[in-house]
Amino acid sequence: MALTPPENKHWWREPLHRMEIGWITIAFLWGLMMFGVMIYWHINGEQNLSNEAYRVDPETYGEKVEAFAEKYTVRTEGKNDTPVVKPPPGSDVYMLGRLWEWWPILELKKDQTYRLHLSSMDWQHGWSLQPTNINIQVHPKYEMVMTLKPTKSGEFGVVCNEFCGVGHHTMLGKIYVVDK
Amino acid sequence: MVAKEKFRVCPDTGFKVFQHTENLIKANAVVAVVFLLIGGLFGLLVALTRWQAIHLLPADLFYLALTAHGADVLLFWIIFFEVAVLYFAGSVLLNVRIAAPRFAWGAFILMLVGALMANVAVLQGESSVMFTSYVPMQAAPHFYLGLILFAVGALVAMFVFFGTLVVAKQEKTYEGSIPLVTFGGVVAAIIAVYTIASGAIILIPTLLWSLGYIAEIDSVMYKLVWWGMGHSSQQINVAAQVSIWYAIAAMVLGAKPLSEKVSRGAFLLYILFLQLASAHHLLVEPGISSEWKVFNTSYALYLAVLGSMIHGMSIPGAVEAAQRRRGYTQGMFGWLRKAPWGNPAFSGMAMSVLLFGILGGITGVVLGTEQLNLIMHNTLYVPGHFHGTVVAGTTLAFMAITYLVVPLIFRKEIIWPRIAQWQPYLFGLGVAGISVFMMGAGTLGVSRRHWDMTFSDAALNFDVPPAAFLMMGLNGISAVIASIGGVMFILVIVATLLFGKDRAEDACKTNPVILPDGGAVVATSGSEGVLKLPGTIALVSVFFLAFVLYYFVNWKYLSEVWPLS
Repeated sequence: MALTPPENKHWWREPLHRMEIGWITIAFLWGLMMFGVMIYWHINGEQNLSNEAYRVDPETYGEKVEAFAEKYTVRTEGKNDTPVVKPPPGSDVYMLGRLWEWWPILELKKDQTYRLHLSSMDWQHGWSLQPTNINIQVHPKYEMVMTLKPTKSGEFGVVCNEFCGVGHHTMLGKIYVVDK
Repeated sequence: MVAKEKFRVCPDTGFKVFQHTENLIKANAVVAVVFLLIGGLFGLLVALTRWQAIHLLPADLFYLALTAHGADVLLFWIIFFEVAVLYFAGSVLLNVRIAAPRFAWGAFILMLVGALMANVAVLQGESSVMFTSYVPMQAAPHFYLGLILFAVGALVAMFVFFGTLVVAKQEKTYEGSIPLVTFGGVVAAIIAVYTIASGAIILIPTLLWSLGYIAEIDSVMYKLVWWGMGHSSQQINVAAQVSIWYAIAAMVLGAKPLSEKVSRGAFLLYILFLQLASAHHLLVEPGISSEWKVFNTSYALYLAVLGSMIHGMSIPGAVEAAQRRRGYTQGMFGWLRKAPWGNPAFSGMAMSVLLFGILGGITGVVLGTEQLNLIMHNTLYVPGHFHGTVVAGTTLAFMAITYLVVPLIFRKEIIWPRIAQWQPYLFGLGVAGISVFMMGAGTLGVSRRHWDMTFSDAALNFDVPPAAFLMMGLNGISAVIASIGGVMFILVIVATLLFGKDRAEDACKTNPVILPDGGAVVATSGSEGVLKLPGTIALVSVFFLAFVLYYFVNWKYLSEVWPLS
């Protein structure tokens, strides 16, 4: 019984039941398979998170994002007059998270690739693109760079999904994807 | 040698129960249940707030309640109860006095003071930082200090447990190897030591930072080390809960492990690989390489998952073998139909195994797959998953064993057996709903730890899909059902302790809670060809099929989102 010492003192010498060997083998191979799928996806899959990141101090990052916004702003939107920025395809595009907004709004072209930079000005934030449902953690002092290709046009929300204080639920951003 | 300590012989089991052990188990278990009550109440408030039609609490209180909910149930309820389980697995099962009872009481007081201090800090409102307290967000110093004191207390309790094993060995109170349940307890305690050490390593500098002695704590490093505690501590739960599964199967049905070697080997895999799980929380973080993520998130080659899958076979296998030996051999599932479904210890255990495996286990592997995490990270899918593990798995298992602990250790007869009988079903149903509907909402993109999915105060606007509101409503209803189940549990246990009849000495004959001469009905295990367990083979086959399907369905989902690299 599981509550008493094993009856067979040399329990490690007991032979395994066929069913046990079978199940352990299947479970082990399944583990190898799942391990392999992650590697396979790095080679052949299209959705892999970038490994490119830099240390950055928030002020420097903020200046970069502002310069970027100033250069490509096409209009403003919302209660805070958030700039809507339309950068050329293939270029470096920036977004920052701060209490409590994602800034600026981006307008991207469908089926074009962009190098998206993300960082936080203060606490941790969660960059959650909806309804596509891509979720990336954003840290202060880390600038993450990834290549992104919108494949659907329309209006997308960027929700903050890392708790960032009492205004967390008001933190939103936006990405427009246009056909032309 | 220490003066002989008083003990009684349990008339039901024949185990020696020493006085200090008995009192320590009682104290830790009672405090655990109190924290379950407090934490569960906060959880209900959270669920009723996220039910958008009710939206009960204002934002600041919602975040406060959520922080308290996490700390009270995930840390305090579970670890207090685990300490009680360890004292049982060490002292009672090995028929030995507890080592250094004064240290054990010291540990208890430290844990209690720490838990209260952290609760006070949270209730004062300056520490609504969530259970995870990610830097650079800062809590009041006594929030961190409370957690540290609690952790130190728990660490001392672990060493008391190890000391008890040493005493048992020296005084030769058992022969051969320690019982499987104690072995599982050792596994839990070893994991607990490095878990608690990780917690101390990160929380002590964080405390100093909150006091102004340290300028900065790197936010990624914090998460790496903090989750060395946060995730690995869930593996203490897994080890403790699997031990409890074996214990309940043994006590209620006289079930023996199919093979001591296989079950112990599976436990060893936990010790070796579980701590890599910190990586599960770093899959979409900047500055960490994919190679590191792939290796660690999979526990090397899914070797800890292998451990759980082995237990997933050997627990139902042990039950089936025991039932067949007792003559329930009809068809593939006759043994299951004739199982004691009216015994809350058994039904709670059975549901814990089922829900943990399917709702907690499969989803955990999917969630912890490097690329799949992209479509789930920090959505409600995450709490959906871990309510399947920690609540449906661990909490339900702890409730189930309580129905045995109360008559055997507290020597009280369960006061309202009918309520006790229904309680695991109601609680299990509610928690299954919580888990499923939160995962549903998460799949629709709804964020966790979020007060307002309508974004009514935001400068911009965003509409979540209408189905998400339905999910959150169903989640709220499930939380109410689970709360009723939880309250039933606490009522029955508290009323039994306060007003219950004392259990008579000869009650093992008139009203047995455990199977008389339990182990004897089962023949030796591991003998090739003796056991035919078609029911277990069918059950694990269905489980495996569900696992494979669900795994690949999620890759399909991933392949449909925007390409990124």
